[in-house]
Amino acid sequence: MIFHPTILALLTASTLNALVLMAAALFAIGLLRRWNLADGSPGQVILERRTYLVSTAVGLVLLVQFVGLLLFVYNAERMSVLFSGAMCATGTLNVNGYGWPTLMLKMAGVFLAVLWLAVNQADNLARDYPLIRRKYALLLLMAPVFLAEAILQALYFLNLDPAVITSCCGSLFSDAGAGVASELAAWPPRPAMVVFFSVLGLTLGAAAVLWRAGRGGALFGVLSLTQFVVALAAVIAFLSLYVYEHPHHHCPFCLLKAEFDYIGYLLYGLLFAATGYGLTAAIHHHHGRLPSLSGVLPALARRHAGRALAFLLAFGLLAGGIILHSNLRLIQP
Amino acid sequence: MIPLARQRYLLDFTVASLLRRPGRNLSLLLVYTLVVFLLASAMLYSQALKQKAAALLQGAPEIVLQRLEAGRHALMPADYLERLGRLRGVTQVQGRLWGYYFDPAIGANYTVMVQESADQAAGDPATDAQATGDPGPGQAVIGVGIARVRGLAPGDVLSLRGYDGRPHAFDILRVLPKDTELTSADLMLIHRQDFRTLLGVPEGHFTDLVLSVRNPAEVTAVARKIAERLPDSRPILREDILRTYESVFDWREGLLLALLAGGVLAFLILAWDKATGLSAEERREIGILKAIGWETGTVLRMKLWEGGLISFSAFGIGYGLAHVHVFHAGAPLFAGVMRGWSVLQPSFTLTPQVDPLQLATLFLLSVVPYTLATLVPVWRAATVDPDSVMR
Amino acid sequence: MSIPPPTLELIRVTKTFHAGRSSEYQALRGIDLTIPSARVTALRGPSGSGKTTLLALIGALARPSSGRVRLDGEDISALPERFLADLRLRRFGFIFQRFNLIPGLTALDNILLPAYPLGLPYRALMARAEAVMTGLDIQRHAQTKVDWLSGGEVQRVAIARALINDPPIIIADEPTAHLDTALSKEFLAQLARLKAAGKTIVIASHDPLVFESGLVDCTTDLRDGLIVASAP
Repeated sequence: MIFHPTILALLTASTLNALVLMAAALFAIGLLRRWNLADGSPGQVILERRTYLVSTAVGLVLLVQFVGLLLFVYNAERMSVLFSGAMCATGTLNVNGYGWPTLMLKMAGVFLAVLWLAVNQADNLARDYPLIRRKYALLLLMAPVFLAEAILQALYFLNLDPAVITSCCGSLFSDAGAGVASELAAWPPRPAMVVFFSVLGLTLGAAAVLWRAGRGGALFGVLSLTQFVVALAAVIAFLSLYVYEHPHHHCPFCLLKAEFDYIGYLLYGLLFAATGYGLTAAIHHHHGRLPSLSGVLPALARRHAGRALAFLLAFGLLAGGIILHSNLRLIQP
Repeated sequence: MIPLARQRYLLDFTVASLLRRPGRNLSLLLVYTLVVFLLASAMLYSQALKQKAAALLQGAPEIVLQRLEAGRHALMPADYLERLGRLRGVTQVQGRLWGYYFDPAIGANYTVMVQESADQAAGDPATDAQATGDPGPGQAVIGVGIARVRGLAPGDVLSLRGYDGRPHAFDILRVLPKDTELTSADLMLIHRQDFRTLLGVPEGHFTDLVLSVRNPAEVTAVARKIAERLPDSRPILREDILRTYESVFDWREGLLLALLAGGVLAFLILAWDKATGLSAEERREIGILKAIGWETGTVLRMKLWEGGLISFSAFGIGYGLAHVHVFHAGAPLFAGVMRGWSVLQPSFTLTPQVDPLQLATLFLLSVVPYTLATLVPVWRAATVDPDSVMR
Repeated sequence: MSIPPPTLELIRVTKTFHAGRSSEYQALRGIDLTIPSARVTALRGPSGSGKTTLLALIGALARPSSGRVRLDGEDISALPERFLADLRLRRFGFIFQRFNLIPGLTALDNILLPAYPLGLPYRALMARAEAVMTGLDIQRHAQTKVDWLSGGEVQRVAIARALINDPPIIIADEPTAHLDTALSKEFLAQLARLKAAGKTIVIASHDPLVFESGLVDCTTDLRDGLIVASAP
C-alpha cells in the first residue's frame, strides 16, 4: 500500500459514492414495493419527498465519479515514477490485476449516472411519474457497479507494491504481444481507419436523422455505444501513433501528457460528451412514446441528438486533424 | 432544462440571503477555511519538497557502487576500479570520498565530502584546485546550515578534531548557495588529503564509486553486469533513490493527512449540525417560498448554491493562505514533520506552483464530504410543507 | 345574478392529519364545494373549523387525503409536488395572514420572489414589477427594506407579490386579522379593484368587516370540518 493523499481521496470518494448508492438502493426497494401515486397518504408523500433527496444525491455522485475518474487516470500517470518499468499510467495500472477493471467500472459508473439522471429528468417532466419504477430498478442495478468499483479500487491501491516490476505501454500495447490490447495495437492502420471513420460516419448520420426527423433513436443509441468502443480502439490502433509521431507507440494515456499539449483531455472529453448526449438522446427518444411524455420528450431527445452531433463532429474533425497534421505517414496515399 | 436566467436569479437571491445573516455562517466559514488551509499546506509542502529533491538528483550519477562487508557498507579499494574494467554504456567511473563528522560543539553531524573533478582524482598536476573553485588543502566549503549554527563566514577559520585527536584548521573558502540548502545544509567540502587525515580513510581506498550511464535504458543492464563482476558490491540506482524520496515524502504527507482527518471529521460534524439547526425564522422563510410557488427542487438548488458559495470561499481562501504559508513563509507549521528533525535544519524557499491533481484531491477530501454531510439537512429544509405558513 | 362556470371544484374532499397515530384528527370530513370564477368566495368559521385547511387545498398548497380537486376541469388531487408548485406559481396569488414578507430584503426583491423560478429575461421581469408597483402606488419604496415599511405599505407589497405573475385566482388567508379598521377598509378597496379586474378571489375570514363590505358574492360557513351553510 502506498500512503498517498490522492489515493486517500480516491478511496474516500468511491466509498462515499458506494455508500450513497447502497442507501439509495435500499430506498429503491421500499419505493418499488409501496409506490402508489393515487394514494394521498402520508407514506406516499414521504416517498415522493425522498425522491428529491435521491436524485440530488445521484447528481452529486455523478460529479464525484467524474472527478474521481479524471483523478484516477491522472494519479496513475503521476505514480508511474514509483514503479520500475512504468513510464505512464499504463504501467501503473498494470502493477496488479485490479487496475484495469477499476478503470472500466469507473467509466461505466459515469455513464450509468448520466443515464439515470436523464431518465430522472424525463420522469420529472410528466405529471404521473411514468418512469419511476424503471428509474429505481436502474438504481438497483447501479449500486452493485459502484460497490464493485469501490472494492476493486481499494484492492488495487492496497496491493500496489513498488517492488513489482511492471510492464508499460511499450509491451502491453505492442503489436507483437498477446491479448486484446496487443491485438488492437496490431490492427493495421488502413482497415482500422476505414472501420473507425465508417462507424463515426454512420453515427453522425443517425444523430442527424434523430435531430432533424426525430426517428431512429434505438439505432443511434447502439451506434453511440459502438462508436465509443471503436473510438477507444482507434486511439490505440492508430490515432495515438499520429500524435506521438512514432510508428510503434500505441499508448492511450501518454496523450494526456504535457508533451502532447494535453490533447488527450480534449479528445476524450469530446468523445465522452458525444457518447453521453447520444445515450440520453436515445433513452429520451425511447421514452417519448409514453403518453404523458409524448408532448415534451421527443423534442428534448432531438435537442440532445443535436448536441451529440456537434460533439461527434468536433471529435471527428479533431481526429482527422491529428492525422493530417502529423509528420507520421502510416498509409501511403 | 433550467434557463440560465433562473439560475442567475437564484444565485442572486442566495447571495442576498447569505449577506442578510453574515454572522450565522461565519464560524462555519472560518473552520472550513482552516481545514482547507491545513490540508492544502501539507500537500503543497510535500509536493514542493519532492520536486526540489528530484531537481537536485537530476545532476546525480546514475549508479553509485558500494562495497559490502558483513552486509554493511565498507571502504572500496582503489583496485576495484580496474577490476570493474570497461563496461558498455558507462561514460565515466570515479571513486568518491565522503563521510560523517560529529561536531560536539553544536551536537550535529556534518556530511563531509571531497569534491574534485575527474582530472584531479587521476592526479593530473596540471589541474589546480583553486582554478576550479574546489577547496585546496586546509580549505573548506560549507553549507548554509553549518555557517549559520557556527556563525561562520568566508575567511573565518573552522577548527575540528581529527579521528586521532589532532586538531585541524580549515579556512572557509565559500558558503554553498542557498538554493541547494535542502541537501547541502550540513555539507562540508574539503580536500582529499584533509579528508583522509580528518576521518582516517587510508590511501588507496574510496568510500564508494560513481558511474555515469548515458542511456537510461541501459542502467539496469549495467547494474546487473557490475553485480556479476564485483559480487561483494551493491549498485544503487538514481531512479531507486528518486523512488524512495517520492514514497518517503508521500508517506509523511499521508500520515499528516491521516492526523488531520480527525480535524476534518470534527468539521463535518459542525457542518452537519449547522445545517440541521435551521432556525424557526429560516424554516418560515422556506415555507413562504414554497407557498408562493417555489418547488422543492428550486429550494434544494438554492441551498446547494449556498453550500457551494461557502465551499468556494473557504476553498479559495484556505488554498490561497496555504500557498502563502508554504511558499512565502517557509511552512513553519509542518517543517519539522516533513523534513525530519535535525539541528542543522535546512531553511529554503520553494518554487510556487499550482497542481490540478492536488486541487482535485483537495476537492474530494473537503468539498465533497462537506456537501454530503449537509445534503440530508438541506433536503429536510427544502421539504418543509408549503402549507406550513398557514398553520 | 347568474353564477359563472366554476373554476375550482372540490368533490367529497377529506383531510386527515397524523393518520394512523394517536394524534390523528380529521380536519375536513367530506367537503363538496364549487368556486365560481371572477367572483369573491368567502370561507367563514371559528378557528378549528377547517377553513385554513380547506384554503390550503383550494390553493394547491396541500393534497387531500381523499376526494378530488379540479382546477378548470383538470384533476389536480394526485399531481406530483413540482406541478402543484408550478400551479401555485402561475395560477394563484397568495396573501397571507401577517403578509409573510421576507425580512431583510427590499420591497422589490420580495415582490419578485414568485417570478424568479419562471426565469424571465431581466428586462421583462423589471417591467412587470414596475407595472404592479405603479398600480399599487408603492414604486418609490422599491429599494426600501420591508422591515422599514408602514403597515399599509407592507400590505400593498404583499398584494404586489401576489400579482406579479398575473394569476387568475387570489387566495387570502385572514388578511385583515391583524389590521386596524382603516387599513382593513383600504385592503378591501384593493380587493374590490382586483375583483373588477376579473380575478377569482377566495378569502378565509371571520372578520365582520369583510362580510359587511358587500364585496363577497358567495359565503360558505364551516364548522368541525363540514360545510354547515352556503349562500347563495
